[in-house]
Amino acid sequence: MKEDKKLTAAELPAGGMLEGGTAEEFKTGPWRSQRPVWNKDKCIHCLTCWIYCPDASIKIAPDDKKTTVVTGIDYDHCKGCGICARECPVKIQAITMEEEKK
Amino acid sequence: MVKTVFSKGKIVAKTGNEVMAEAMRQIAPDVVAAYPITPATEIVQIFSQFVADGKVPTEFVAVESEHSAMSATIAASVAGARAMTGTSSQGLAYMWEMLYIAAGLRLPIVMAEVNRALSAPINIHGDQSDTMGARDAGWIQIYSENSQEAYDNMIQAVRIAEASKLPTMVTTDGFIISHCMEVAEVYPDADVKEFVGEYKPERALLDYKRPFTLGAIDLQDFYFEHRFQLAQAMRDSKKIILDVASDFKKKFGREYSFYEKYQMDDAEVAIVTIGSAAGTTKVVIDELRKKGIKAGLIKIRVYRPFPAEEIAKDLSKVKAFAVLDRADSCSGTFAPVYLDVVAALYANCASAPKSENYVYGLGGREISMEHIEEVYMKLDAIAKGIKKASTQLEYINVRIK
Repeated sequence: MKEDKKLTAAELPAGGMLEGGTAEEFKTGPWRSQRPVWNKDKCIHCLTCWIYCPDASIKIAPDDKKTTVVTGIDYDHCKGCGICARECPVKIQAITMEEEKK
Repeated sequence: MVKTVFSKGKIVAKTGNEVMAEAMRQIAPDVVAAYPITPATEIVQIFSQFVADGKVPTEFVAVESEHSAMSATIAASVAGARAMTGTSSQGLAYMWEMLYIAAGLRLPIVMAEVNRALSAPINIHGDQSDTMGARDAGWIQIYSENSQEAYDNMIQAVRIAEASKLPTMVTTDGFIISHCMEVAEVYPDADVKEFVGEYKPERALLDYKRPFTLGAIDLQDFYFEHRFQLAQAMRDSKKIILDVASDFKKKFGREYSFYEKYQMDDAEVAIVTIGSAAGTTKVVIDELRKKGIKAGLIKIRVYRPFPAEEIAKDLSKVKAFAVLDRADSCSGTFAPVYLDVVAALYANCASAPKSENYVYGLGGREISMEHIEEVYMKLDAIAKGIKKASTQLEYINVRIK
């Protein structure tokens, strides 16, 4: 990994001010001990997982009919909390948690 | 006696709280969020009346606690507003964690603070325990001897805070100044408005086209740099404070600095103190001078940043001095102002005069001319080698045995 040159007190913006949206560059995926696996065929695209995900790691996009559908999981940021698997409707179970392979 | 020094100034009879509210009306901040607490209640009470009467366009937020008052003020400031609040004692204590956040986020909040004792036992009267406890919070602290200074300090504080990006508190002694009606010169609204100018924040959260993050986690690799920035900002604010004072003098005619020197030019014995007791001390000095005792006073106005080099230079010329603290650190050693003063002397001077530290006036306990005269007489005896300076913290007007 490339070592970034860290800014000095004289160079840093005052008060810990940062540009917006920098969390995207901070990859929290490696924190995972379990990974959610999404089954595209079972999914009914109710977006419950998307609502509950505390890390905006459920990827969504409009389909051909401009309806918003789930397209996958953002493994760069998903911390593997399992909330999506838990909240996925009982009769559907489109998301299951699996041990993360190291 | 206050005399008009500004051609358009007007002499009025007002309490410390009234002039602070008046200054806030003239400053007309975008947002004021506050919760009432004796003896500072009137400041925001009068100010909220100004808002209700349409005399000031400020958004007044009546919050449910001081913690919320400071939180709302911080939020308003981050949003890009010129934001102010006011409190005292327990209220300041309740704001504690938010005080550090206001400073750490470098928000130019101005607070009118009325010094009052802290519980327990519960007491509503004046001492400086509240703000002395907040001395390491990263806030600029400006203390006032009387209503006039409270008014002038509030007006200057806005510019000091905004130029230094440091929150600033202006204080008065509870009841002694806050509720004492004195003559003060107030300036026309237009002149105050011109002096404080318009607030132009570098970034504002309401500027949604340029979003930014504030208050992100800051661990081992950056926290230290940000805290250094804060400490450096405090050091750098000294120049800003003097520049604003210089502009203030040009505009309104009154002179301010880090501290006021009274009869210090040839002083052999001196008292260093803060706030209203300085007025009493000046009267004592005038009396003692008639008796041939060369007494002087250093009345600290700006306690944070502490003007260490300057005070050391002035105090090094006397033979003996005493620091009168209106707060006790309960530290087992000395009180806050004394610690700063002796550290300043030790760091800046090859040799220092003899010194003593007294705590006085806790919970509004009176300090009379006789008490202050006693201190000067002891200092005079120390200066002449008749008595030795105490090596421990001394107390004025308290029943010990």
